[in-house]
Amino acid sequence: MAEKSERLLNLYIMLLAQTRFVSKQDIRRAHYGEYADNPRGHEAFEKAFERDKDDLRELGVVIEVGSLDNYFDDELGYRISPDTSSLPEIRFGADEAAVLGIAARAWEQATLARATTEAMRKLAAQGVEIDTSRLDLVPPSLRAEEPAFDACWEATQKRRVITFDYRRPGEEAASRRLQPWGVVRSSGRWYVVGFDLDRQAERVFRLSRVQGKVTLTGKSAAYDVPAGTDVQAVAHNLVHRTPDIEATVLVRQRTGVALRRQSSSIEEDVAGPDDASGWDRVTVSGQARDLVGSVLALGPNAVLETPADLRSDVVSRLRGVAS
Amino acid sequence: MTSAGGGPKPTVHAAREQVGRLLALVPFLHQHGEVRISEAAEALGVDAAQLDKDLRVLFMCGLPGGFPDDLINVDLDALEGEGIIRVDNADYLARPVRFGPSEAAALVVALRAVEQSASSETREVVERTLAKLEAAGAASAAQQIHVAADTSPGAELLPVLQGAIEHGLQLEISYYVPSRDDQSSRVVEPRAITRVGDATYLDAWCHTANGDRAFRLDRIVSATELSEAVSERAAEPRDLSGGWFRGDGETVAVTLRLQPAAQWVPEYYPVNETSPGPDGTLDVVLDVASESWLQQLLFRVAPHASVIAPREFAESFTADARAALRLYQDGGVG
Repeated sequence: MAEKSERLLNLYIMLLAQTRFVSKQDIRRAHYGEYADNPRGHEAFEKAFERDKDDLRELGVVIEVGSLDNYFDDELGYRISPDTSSLPEIRFGADEAAVLGIAARAWEQATLARATTEAMRKLAAQGVEIDTSRLDLVPPSLRAEEPAFDACWEATQKRRVITFDYRRPGEEAASRRLQPWGVVRSSGRWYVVGFDLDRQAERVFRLSRVQGKVTLTGKSAAYDVPAGTDVQAVAHNLVHRTPDIEATVLVRQRTGVALRRQSSSIEEDVAGPDDASGWDRVTVSGQARDLVGSVLALGPNAVLETPADLRSDVVSRLRGVAS
Repeated sequence: MTSAGGGPKPTVHAAREQVGRLLALVPFLHQHGEVRISEAAEALGVDAAQLDKDLRVLFMCGLPGGFPDDLINVDLDALEGEGIIRVDNADYLARPVRFGPSEAAALVVALRAVEQSASSETREVVERTLAKLEAAGAASAAQQIHVAADTSPGAELLPVLQGAIEHGLQLEISYYVPSRDDQSSRVVEPRAITRVGDATYLDAWCHTANGDRAFRLDRIVSATELSEAVSERAAEPRDLSGGWFRGDGETVAVTLRLQPAAQWVPEYYPVNETSPGPDGTLDVVLDVASESWLQQLLFRVAPHASVIAPREFAESFTADARAALRLYQDGGVG
């Protein structure tokens, strides 16, 4: 590790200390002397150099690529400008630093927890002192238990194509190829949003339905995310394709607290199916399955009135038990 | 910080991480002058032994040229003797590197999550903090990751609960007990918001119960901050490491037979045993503290779950299902 660390740091310093672009030849001579001067050596050097550039970018370094010569632009060189690569001076008040300290403990996912730690370290390097004792706040818990998360996140960052097997409920697993644009968490689940190369369309995949390993293929920066893409909006549109349904439910008075809580309106003291208690008419919206489940859960304390198809759904499910 | 069991381990980038630590250490030293290794380790969140190893890489680095003057100077005598870090000839590393894309995204998303559950005063602080980070170029990477606001019931009350805790004031809450389908009002002295497993609780002293209680957030229907301050009963957070949130009533072991459509049940509720039943069914044994809770579950998945034992639970469920069905038939439809 020490050798690779030295090479990375020396490469960074070399490109940072120069005001002009440095040629690949000079870089190779200074830091990659171990690669032989033959086709195999050239290839190995190119690979190592690409990886090192990727590593520096991941650390936040901006590597500028430009022409070495004002007259001939066929040879490219590299440099790092202190202005674009340095963290701008940020000063935080004690209360802001405390909030940062809380946020730093929110990720319960290894890769992003580590990324947060590294970000906080840069702030500490700039003189920000974190003291969370000022604030009595529980950090929210951000998790990603799905094994596919790491690879999808990495591919999103590097703009690399991924392939994976995906199984929709009730179907066989099928292989998919995707240009990932971003990852989204909604209602406790992670999704990857992107462009499906086989379907030639935007698609959203639920990470928990990915089977086995996600493989990154091809080069970094292999595609562009369309300008103005809002991954949250894409995911929302594709996941919630069915609009909510409005249902009216007769609920026995003093029962159905949870259903009442999500209702849009309640009409009190209406005519009910029996006289054992008073009844209210509750209007709720939601997905058909959830509405039926909520009404069923109330047993003999609720009657789904409309729409008719949901009503008959409740009836047939009750018959299934009663018969 | 754990990944799912059996999942692939995150890739280790040991060299990159080491360089990342060094690119933070040098600016830190630039700010503070010579520092004890223990202080630097603490401030940067690095193990001191690791920092020692990192420094031994640093002094092998420097400007290209190969002359001794080109290398970064680490005072190894001071390091080994007094445990003090002294670094020279590294002025070009005086500023930390810009946030990497993952770093910016992770931090911004975490702050937004804090914002969602914060009291209105704290939320204002989070907004200021986010604005400063975004001005420093942290916003664009965060477009590739989005965590939707927690829309679980009760989450909208977090700012009120959190505010009362910060102000040290009592709360009046309306609390719903699903197994009784009942809602009651109580005055509590809030202590803390605590997460146990997937549920979030308000830990408080309850005046109605005259004792410590944990209220599940998704069952708090409303909450109002009162003007009375909390007493010393709410001063100290409790040690909640024991199974404090469990009901203390007696439980009955219930055996259910689940059709495929209801076989998600063991993923959501703790079951003692599972065994395959006939025709693709699954038999599970649950400890049930409340029969009405069980009924709700059975109705929700009807008709895909049935009670194998005890018999009286099976009978009362069928009787209730018939009663529910009659409500539809007497209404003229069914």
